[in-house]
Amino acid sequence: MRYEAPQTVDQAISLLAGTHGNPRVLAGGTDLLVQLRAGFIDPELIVDIKQIDETTAITAEDGGFRVGAAVSGARLKEHDTLSLLWPGVVEAADLIGSTQIQGRASMGGNLCNASPAADTVPALIAAGATCALAGPGGRREVPVEEICTGPGQTILTDGEFVVSILLPARGSRSGDAYLRFIPRTEMDIAVVGVGVSLSLGADGQCSAARVAVGAVAPTALLVPAAAEALVGGVVDDAAIDAMAAAVRAVCRPIDDKRGTVAYRIEVAGVLAGRVCRIALERAGST
Amino acid sequence: MAKYHITTRINGDDVEFLCAPEQTLLDVLRDDLRLTGSKEGCASGDCGACSVTIDGRLVCSCLVLAAEVGGQEIETIEGMADGDRLHPLQQKFLDFAALQCGVCTPGFLIAAKALLDRNSNPSETEVRYWLAGNLCRCTGYDKIVRAVLDTAADMRD
Repeated sequence: MRYEAPQTVDQAISLLAGTHGNPRVLAGGTDLLVQLRAGFIDPELIVDIKQIDETTAITAEDGGFRVGAAVSGARLKEHDTLSLLWPGVVEAADLIGSTQIQGRASMGGNLCNASPAADTVPALIAAGATCALAGPGGRREVPVEEICTGPGQTILTDGEFVVSILLPARGSRSGDAYLRFIPRTEMDIAVVGVGVSLSLGADGQCSAARVAVGAVAPTALLVPAAAEALVGGVVDDAAIDAMAAAVRAVCRPIDDKRGTVAYRIEVAGVLAGRVCRIALERAGST
Repeated sequence: MAKYHITTRINGDDVEFLCAPEQTLLDVLRDDLRLTGSKEGCASGDCGACSVTIDGRLVCSCLVLAAEVGGQEIETIEGMADGDRLHPLQQKFLDFAALQCGVCTPGFLIAAKALLDRNSNPSETEVRYWLAGNLCRCTGYDKIVRAVLDTAADMRD
């Protein structure tokens, strides 16, 4: 195995594209080093992307923020204006692991690890975030919901990697939230995770919404039908119930030690309602 | 196999070492630099016994490649006492019997110091959440939490 820490995106692409034997990108390493140590992976090359400005910066862009793929959860949480704009995304990232893990773990890594239970992914999808990918074929900007194709699987082609994630601008009277259900209070993996982002018009009716759910399918899912249940009316109990029913309808979870199929589907709806109410309260107070 | 020549600072001293690409920072600290205060508990980032700070940021050294730390500022438990004078947290851990077997203690001390460096007046809840990544099988945590809170109170005076 070799270790390289390129200074630029182009150097990283050359290294990744020029190496046979499954080269791996290192951001915070909180998944990668565990997989290395356990012998799950045996790469020829590790490309550490933390020497690259673009992957380690948080920059304002068109009223939103572009977050480098390797920015740690700790740095994200310390960014006050980003935390005000997208509190649900920041709280999703903050749920991952301990203080020590927060010092290293990144949203880029959480996304590319492609766990169905990744906490930041439903929150990012709800936020309408996009990813800047760079590879031998050039650059492309892809919605977060299109990145993962199954557990551990992504659309990234050979030599391609996630450079940054764009959290877009949003109007006033908007709010987002993320909650996951775990059987304990800390240090666990989501049984279900739900992200909701919504905006209210001047008349108090819901003008836009995105709802995403994690850990109940091979990938996190955007649920357009759930958003449609909210948009165009007042977000009252009936609308929230309809939204929760739409979330339950798309769940196709597995039975495992964390929860049964029936349990996960039930909890997904309950959680969606709670998350929606938090997002609504935030939207009303901005 | 190629070795990487790394120049870094550990506890305020300039340090150079050679490492293999797969060696973790914890491997190098313990096996090559003989700084054995940081412990390997789980080697998967779950237990916090290997906690160090890198550029002031609390991390598990088992989840950092040694090759990554060039030019960075590392603090380990060996740098916590000032000669024979224990850091207030270390003294308070003794006073409160906040340890039994001691394997988790260096990690708890490094993590607690990182908290107090940021927040001189943490609530009990903040202490418990901050230290949730440090596991202790002996004390039941309560003495540790009280030692941290009491140290914070002393250091504010």
